[in-house]
Amino acid sequence: MNQFTSAFWDVWIAVITVVSIVACAALLWSQSVRRAPGGGETTGHVWDEDLAEYSNPLPAWWRWLFYITIVFGLGYLVLYPGLGSWPGTLGWTQVGQLKDENARADAQYGPLYEKYAATSLEELAKSRDAMAVGQKLFLNNCAQCHASDGGGSRGFPNLTDRDWLWGGDAATIKTTITEGRTGVMPAWGPSLGEGGVKDVAHYVMSLSGGAADSIRVAKGAETFGKICAACHGVDGRGNPALGAPNLTDRIWLHGSGEATIIDVVTKGRTNQMPAHKDKLSPAQIHILAAYVYSLSAKQ
Amino acid sequence: MSAPPRNVAAVADVEASLYEVHKKIYPRAVRGWFAAWRWTLVWATQLVFYGGPWLAWNGRQAVLFDIAHRKFYLFGLVFWPQDIIYLAVLLIVSALSLFLFTALAGRLWCGYACPQTVYTEIFLWIERKIEGDRNARMRLDQKGLTGRKFFLKSAKHAVWLSVALWTGFTFVGYFTPIKELFSEIQSFTLGPWESFWVLFYGFATYGNAGWMREQVCKYMCPYARFQSAMFDKDTLIITYDKARGEPRGKKGVAGDCVDCGICVQVCPTGIDIRNGLQYECIGCAACIDGCDQVMDKVGKPRKLIRYSTTHALEGRPTKVLRPRVLVYAGILGAVLAAAGTALALRVPLKVDVIRDRAAIAREVEGEIENVYRLQIMNTTERARAYDISAEGLPGLHVWGEGTTGVPAATTRMVPVRLRIDAAQARPGTYPIEFVVAELGAGGVTVREKSVFIVR
Repeated sequence: MNQFTSAFWDVWIAVITVVSIVACAALLWSQSVRRAPGGGETTGHVWDEDLAEYSNPLPAWWRWLFYITIVFGLGYLVLYPGLGSWPGTLGWTQVGQLKDENARADAQYGPLYEKYAATSLEELAKSRDAMAVGQKLFLNNCAQCHASDGGGSRGFPNLTDRDWLWGGDAATIKTTITEGRTGVMPAWGPSLGEGGVKDVAHYVMSLSGGAADSIRVAKGAETFGKICAACHGVDGRGNPALGAPNLTDRIWLHGSGEATIIDVVTKGRTNQMPAHKDKLSPAQIHILAAYVYSLSAKQ
Repeated sequence: MSAPPRNVAAVADVEASLYEVHKKIYPRAVRGWFAAWRWTLVWATQLVFYGGPWLAWNGRQAVLFDIAHRKFYLFGLVFWPQDIIYLAVLLIVSALSLFLFTALAGRLWCGYACPQTVYTEIFLWIERKIEGDRNARMRLDQKGLTGRKFFLKSAKHAVWLSVALWTGFTFVGYFTPIKELFSEIQSFTLGPWESFWVLFYGFATYGNAGWMREQVCKYMCPYARFQSAMFDKDTLIITYDKARGEPRGKKGVAGDCVDCGICVQVCPTGIDIRNGLQYECIGCAACIDGCDQVMDKVGKPRKLIRYSTTHALEGRPTKVLRPRVLVYAGILGAVLAAAGTALALRVPLKVDVIRDRAAIAREVEGEIENVYRLQIMNTTERARAYDISAEGLPGLHVWGEGTTGVPAATTRMVPVRLRIDAAQARPGTYPIEFVVAELGAGGVTVREKSVFIVR
């Protein structure tokens, strides 16, 4: 990568650019010399026996167009970044242009969102117009992980049911979207060993009424009480304050079945819901939270 | 008044300058059969052009190209960006029609229908009404600036500019509702872009029809240059019958041409048709009308200058139905038929299916579920409701609400869940079809392909 970051190449490009422009100007200048028209001075090329070409200068309007392009080019290189690392006197950057355009878009579309900002989330969830806006926001920002219907997929929570990792009241949903969430299930493989993990897995399977080996369940219950209960609770019903899932229902974020549960306990899982406070405006998040709330409130 | 032979000055011109010096042309007014046709075409095209945007349909402008909202209204039809193919068809039909008519009868488009010809005709008429006919205009231009000349010239340019600005206004009226545009102009609240285009198009009309005229055809128009590729010896062209006319001169002593020069004086591009077919000739037939009048006066038969073909002049039969014509006509007919059928069968409903990429397949309540987004575009001007279903797998069904309403001329994105029984599903990817059917009698149906994935 060094050859791309060395200052030499900035100079190299700048020199080539300037030399090319000067060479173009010189070529034009050499072509603008007026030779006596029709004075027998031809290019020396002859076609069809007697068809010769006069060596005339470029038409003036044409030549001047070229000169204008050179002036334009030089002006451009002074005003805008183009000559090596020269930033240009206007200070234009792509990032700056993007920011300007975003600011203009915010100014244009901001009022569309702002008019819902004063309504409570629960009220907003009943407004058809607001939810049409919310759906568009959801499809653009959330559906990539949570699916277009909010139903989620493996590793990405279903937002349409009543089961919530971090709490399902409207205000908590808003906090989740704004600040993001990080759910960590530590890896217990190294400390529990293969047998220990399997015991715990069977206990977990038994919590939701699944078939399990009763001897392992008994052993696993002991371990669960010592280790897992810290987050998932003594009864395994989870803890919304930590984002610890309820293990007693039939909803499985990372998949059910003995093999999957053993894998989760052994290796652990880290789940990230990104914070959106830098991506979306507070007014947009307000509508989005109401929309997500409405997805489960319907059922 | 015979025109100087064309080649004498040419050599000297090259010595003096690289460019041909523009000589102002003063076409003389002409009456006759072809002039009447030309004026008919002027009226027909301009009634359509100036009148078009004022027509109303369904409570909106009948012909409106709404670029901001990406909808083109053409009476009962509403074209969306997805219908861009019809624009391509329109261009293909236009091009092939030009080819066909040019092969058959030369530069018919140039002579009768081209906006350059039509506006030049209108501007010449104004010029003639104010400054007088050819001779009066030439005299006026030779004189120094007098009060009368200043008045006449000012009046002419004022009228020209009014027509040009009205033309620019009408043109923009096809893209912005013309009644709004009109009231905006009255209240001086016209937007910057609309002002620009009104002025730009107005200026183009004024410059092209008032000042540039035949120079547009001679130096700027690419069509003038490439249509010679469509000419052959059976193409109708405007010709001077040399055998009958020459040697030209006084009545009785020579051929039928009395060398009055009328054919040159009426020519809008300033050529002498007696020198044969030239690329400057736009095929307006003004010289035919001019010559016929003179032939009537001197008691000779008409048609010394006439529409004829190279073959006919050589005394050989003209073949109208030749491969070139048949091929152009065949393709044109096929394209027209195909476009007409497509337009008649056009369904005012469009559906795009976008499969969710994050959640490929999920197992819910003993069923396999796939999620899709359906972009439903209601291209009618009334609100509609649609029923969504899917086919292609046994037991495949929509989960949740299967109907959706879409307001008039709007697009709606609808998430749709499809499910099949997990026990019946074998891993794989299956082609399926969404069926979106408009509710109510006579409703249209659109089928869109997608896939259902069972992991």
